[in-house]
Amino acid sequence: MSLILTLSELDGDTLARSSRETLTFARSLADAHGWDLHAVAVGEIPDTAMADLRAQGVAVAHALLHDQLDGDAAPAAIAAAINELHDRLGAGALVGSGTDHAAEVMAHVAARTDLPLASNCTEVAPADGGWDLTRVRWGGVLLEDVHLEADVALLTAAPHQTAAADAVSPGAAELHSFKPELDESLHITRVVERASRGGGISLATAPVVISGGRGVGSAEGFGILEELAELLGGAVGCSRVATNNGWRSHNDQVGQTGTRVAPDLYVACGISGATQHWVGCMSAKKILAINTDPEAPMVTRAHYAVIGDLHELLPALVTEVKNRRGVG
Amino acid sequence: MTLNILVAVKRVPAPGAKIVLTEDAQRIDTKHLGFTVSPHEECAVEEAVQLVGKHGGSSTVITLGPPVAEEQLRTAISMGIDHGVLVETDEQEWDALATAAALTDAIQTLEADGDRFDLILFGNESADAGNYQVGIRVAHALDRPVVSGIKAIEPTDARATMKRAVADGFEVLDLPLPAVAAIKEGINLPRYPAMRGRLLAKKAQIRRLTPQRRDGGMRRVRLHHPPQQQAQTQMLGTGADAAPAVAALFEEVGLL
Repeated sequence: MSLILTLSELDGDTLARSSRETLTFARSLADAHGWDLHAVAVGEIPDTAMADLRAQGVAVAHALLHDQLDGDAAPAAIAAAINELHDRLGAGALVGSGTDHAAEVMAHVAARTDLPLASNCTEVAPADGGWDLTRVRWGGVLLEDVHLEADVALLTAAPHQTAAADAVSPGAAELHSFKPELDESLHITRVVERASRGGGISLATAPVVISGGRGVGSAEGFGILEELAELLGGAVGCSRVATNNGWRSHNDQVGQTGTRVAPDLYVACGISGATQHWVGCMSAKKILAINTDPEAPMVTRAHYAVIGDLHELLPALVTEVKNRRGVG
Repeated sequence: MTLNILVAVKRVPAPGAKIVLTEDAQRIDTKHLGFTVSPHEECAVEEAVQLVGKHGGSSTVITLGPPVAEEQLRTAISMGIDHGVLVETDEQEWDALATAAALTDAIQTLEADGDRFDLILFGNESADAGNYQVGIRVAHALDRPVVSGIKAIEPTDARATMKRAVADGFEVLDLPLPAVAAIKEGINLPRYPAMRGRLLAKKAQIRRLTPQRRDGGMRRVRLHHPPQQQAQTQMLGTGADAAPAVAALFEEVGLL
């Protein structure tokens, strides 16, 4: 009997949402094969995260412990450690999330093993001695069905495509420490500085994102979006037009080459909705488009729309929200 | 120090709001489409031009693709890149393993004939396939350090510091040269080619290499569109008058 090894990332003391989605995705393949589901994480795994792993049906959780992996590890070193663990376990499949970090680690694993890596998969099943899978292209507006032939399946799970769900019966989540050998040469790529934005709500995890595009018209024009986002406890995003005009930092860009978001509500202010932008916000539960053009793709694809000038609506909306807050 | 920089780009169609497939569902119908490279790669080209402008040296753009991919090489040259190399294929799309193996061979050929590349830049991921791995595979094959998602490069002597955004801020990595980096949009604002650049690009010699194709283990069955879930857009009103309806929506989704 073989097993599936899943790369898990922590978010504080808990398992990251992306890793829960990935475990749910990997579990369907484990069940189809009748394989055990294993998880691997860098460093000690806190009790709360262990509880998450148990709920996901994980049989064994491997904690990678090595001083080269403490805090400043580059993805190359993490991949080398995962490779050593895989050599020990003989996994039939290695699965990571399609997040920036996990995707980079998985690409290093693929390069080290010289195995094919199917990125951003939405579905996978064993077929004809290999695997049939569906993966995302063009950021998600197109899907590709692929047949994969390999000794070991290396996959990343497309973000926001599988809803995280607990296993029918929880796993044993037996905790194993694994101390990899790790070559000193891996240490040549090092993280020398790490800085946090210092509080604030991150674009990737905000419950509501107020995003602006060409229609905002200027850097100063984003002031009213900032005000609304702060009132609602959300983050401000923008389209590629806004970053290319120098109105916002690229870190705020939602889209195929920016950040993919999946908030409860995405408010697109003056954004036409080109494919590049749409794939960054299409995973939102609800989308509200505010646009002067009723034919804009953003308006026709959104759940809700207001036709009109955002410069007129947003100030009125800020006042309305403040009033309701005052009454409530 | 002077820098010898190689930038890899990929020719991709520039689709509009909707992607149309060919009847056999094997590829995008590009009859009415222009071609471009990913924004990440445009930025990688710009970064190479800026770094060589600042530190001196030379820049080369390379692509694996059909003969028409020369267009993307010439666009990069018009932006200030010195040399172009086409690793010539048929019209078929090569997967990540095959692409990385062919690019590695090509780079070894180029380096055997001349200087070593201090930096090899890729886009973080291609616009179409989004494999997130070709640069990393090439780096491993050449035994060079590599990092992805790079939004700033500062070379100093035989090393470079590179900065990237992470979930809650940024991190700076330090690595020895020669190195490989996958560039993310946002590192710079790519220039529009000037007239002089466009004239130079027209006349530039493109070096051609013929690659060996390696089987990558993945076979395309078909392309298709995700199921459309969206029903009718619900209109909440026009202009400022819509404010109460929008606030009611905020309440409905639990924001108020």
